[in-house]
Amino acid sequence: MTTTAPVKPQNVTRSNRKWIIGYSIAGAILYVVYQFLLNWEGLPIGIYDAIYRWMPPAAVNESLVYVIMALGLNIVVGYAGLLDLGYVAFWAIGGYCAGWFMSEFFYFLKIHFFGSVPAEAPGIHINFWLVLIIGGFVCALFGVLIGAPTLRLKSDYLALVTLGFGEIIPQVFFNGENFFGFNISNGTKGIVQVDPIPVGVKNLGPFDFGWKLLIFLFLTAVMVFISLRLRRGRLGRAWLAIREDELAASMMGVPLMRTKLLSYAVGAFAGGLGGVAFATHVNGVYAERFNFAISIFLLAMVVLGGMGNVWGVILGAFVLSWVNGNGLSAFGAFYNDRFGTDVDFASFTFLLFGLVLILMMLFRREGLLPESRLKLVLHEGDIDEEDASRKKAK
Amino acid sequence: MSNVLEAKNISVAFGGLLAVNEVNFDIPKGKVVSLIGPNGAGKTTFFNVLTGLYKPSAGTIDFDGKDITDLAPHKIASIGIARTFQNIRLFGLMTAQENLLVAMHSKLKSGITSTILRTPKQRREESEAEDKAQYLLDYVGVGKWTYEFARNLSYGDQRRLEVARALALDPKVLLLDEPTAGMNPQESGVFIEFVKRLVSEKDISVMLIEHDMKVVMSVSERITVLDQGEKIAEGTPDQIKSNARVIEAYLGKAKEAKA
Repeated sequence: MTTTAPVKPQNVTRSNRKWIIGYSIAGAILYVVYQFLLNWEGLPIGIYDAIYRWMPPAAVNESLVYVIMALGLNIVVGYAGLLDLGYVAFWAIGGYCAGWFMSEFFYFLKIHFFGSVPAEAPGIHINFWLVLIIGGFVCALFGVLIGAPTLRLKSDYLALVTLGFGEIIPQVFFNGENFFGFNISNGTKGIVQVDPIPVGVKNLGPFDFGWKLLIFLFLTAVMVFISLRLRRGRLGRAWLAIREDELAASMMGVPLMRTKLLSYAVGAFAGGLGGVAFATHVNGVYAERFNFAISIFLLAMVVLGGMGNVWGVILGAFVLSWVNGNGLSAFGAFYNDRFGTDVDFASFTFLLFGLVLILMMLFRREGLLPESRLKLVLHEGDIDEEDASRKKAK
Repeated sequence: MSNVLEAKNISVAFGGLLAVNEVNFDIPKGKVVSLIGPNGAGKTTFFNVLTGLYKPSAGTIDFDGKDITDLAPHKIASIGIARTFQNIRLFGLMTAQENLLVAMHSKLKSGITSTILRTPKQRREESEAEDKAQYLLDYVGVGKWTYEFARNLSYGDQRRLEVARALALDPKVLLLDEPTAGMNPQESGVFIEFVKRLVSEKDISVMLIEHDMKVVMSVSERITVLDQGEKIAEGTPDQIKSNARVIEAYLGKAKEAKA
């Protein structure tokens, strides 16, 4: 018995490290532009204006934070196929880790550990790099805690419960000024001013965008690296198997609960990295920033970019957060300038997203840069339909 | 002990419906035994009990002298009871090789950190697993589709791949749920030879659910017949062929036929 395969067989699971070169070049270009080119006096004012209008340094950095988060969510949603509508919870926890361990918030304590502030400052001041790791692990722990009861549920029900947790945790922080007598979050006032990031030669203030760009690029690379490595290993295969057929996976010796929990933990870890990074980016932690829309926004990034494919997710996250943060208002300003109108483009964000989602569902269900596997399935229906209509025509 | 698996007094109730009623069943070492019966007789339910998918409402299952009645499905799979499905349930969007590697999940040891760091140990383990997967793919005859997505294989090859995936668990017992469904007589013939070869070459016992009587009669050492959840007969193919109750279950009573 022989099979006629439509595509030439090749090992899609082979590891590939070439991306590091391309990524480094792209990162280096970004860095040079934002660290040196923008500060170069010979730069024509037109170009300077254009960059600041269309892609200011802060917007690029913020986009990168979204990329880190989206990569984490991709492990849960894209790899393991678990719909998570409350991912913002991990962002919040990561953010508050930065708030707790890198600021004067706990003024009654005085703990320093390779921090970047003078030793007499009150509060907990732990080194940024260490806080990144702490934030990641605290989130991973919460991922397991949240996952343990909820992951017994299937698809839609799981989504609903995660939605609940995504609301509960930010609300706890929002009302956290008096949490059983303790102030854990400063409530709506937020924790303002987190410690600068020490990078050896200097301590990065809020406006050292170039340096932070480099750090965020590095964190993104770490997440890409982790995603790709895990994907090709034992755990990644088990995630995929669960996504494909949960029952068959358990019949093949894959412990469902444990494997799902690990995907939550790894995804949450990335949430922690993103949370800490975001806190240093906006130089503070503000409870109202962690709202439900962020969870949906991140999910949209993963889905639009291409579930399961890290490059698609990066593209989706970058594009969406850029449009949301800066792109649309910049375009609005440009349009109004040119045509003398007075349209508030930024207010059309959600209209635009809705439209994009509908168009994507109609014409490109697999996302912008789909995972090679998914491309196969999602267009199979079209072929069948075409066949059917052709037959009818006959 | 000559029985690798012993199921004693197994009953399964779904609400008020007794799908399996006090069935005793054992699988002798290195033999092929079959479970047959009309549609809805409880055969697949019984399979699902053996693999841990359903918990029996009464009865116990001993595997290799160990009580496995309350073990989770993945544990049962990893200690050596592998199965295929009535409707093929491969991981369609994974390559043939990956399908087998998933089944080796419980045998492989590497964790998150060693996978991220690609330690020499992890790499060795992976390449050994890949070699083993290739061996099994060749063994069942789909060796050239290593890197092909399972869903792209032909129906027959998917059936073989499913057997290979089950073998990747290093099972002591292999449960095949209607393996020749949808095959033509010639293909079933090839399959019969394959099962015989499997049992003689590997230290494996096979339990078969099958509707194709030609297949059942030619491979089984012993046949058990279920009807409406109850065991109505057990014996060698020849005994079963001439058993009045079996004929009745399949064809109906002579009297009724007259009336």
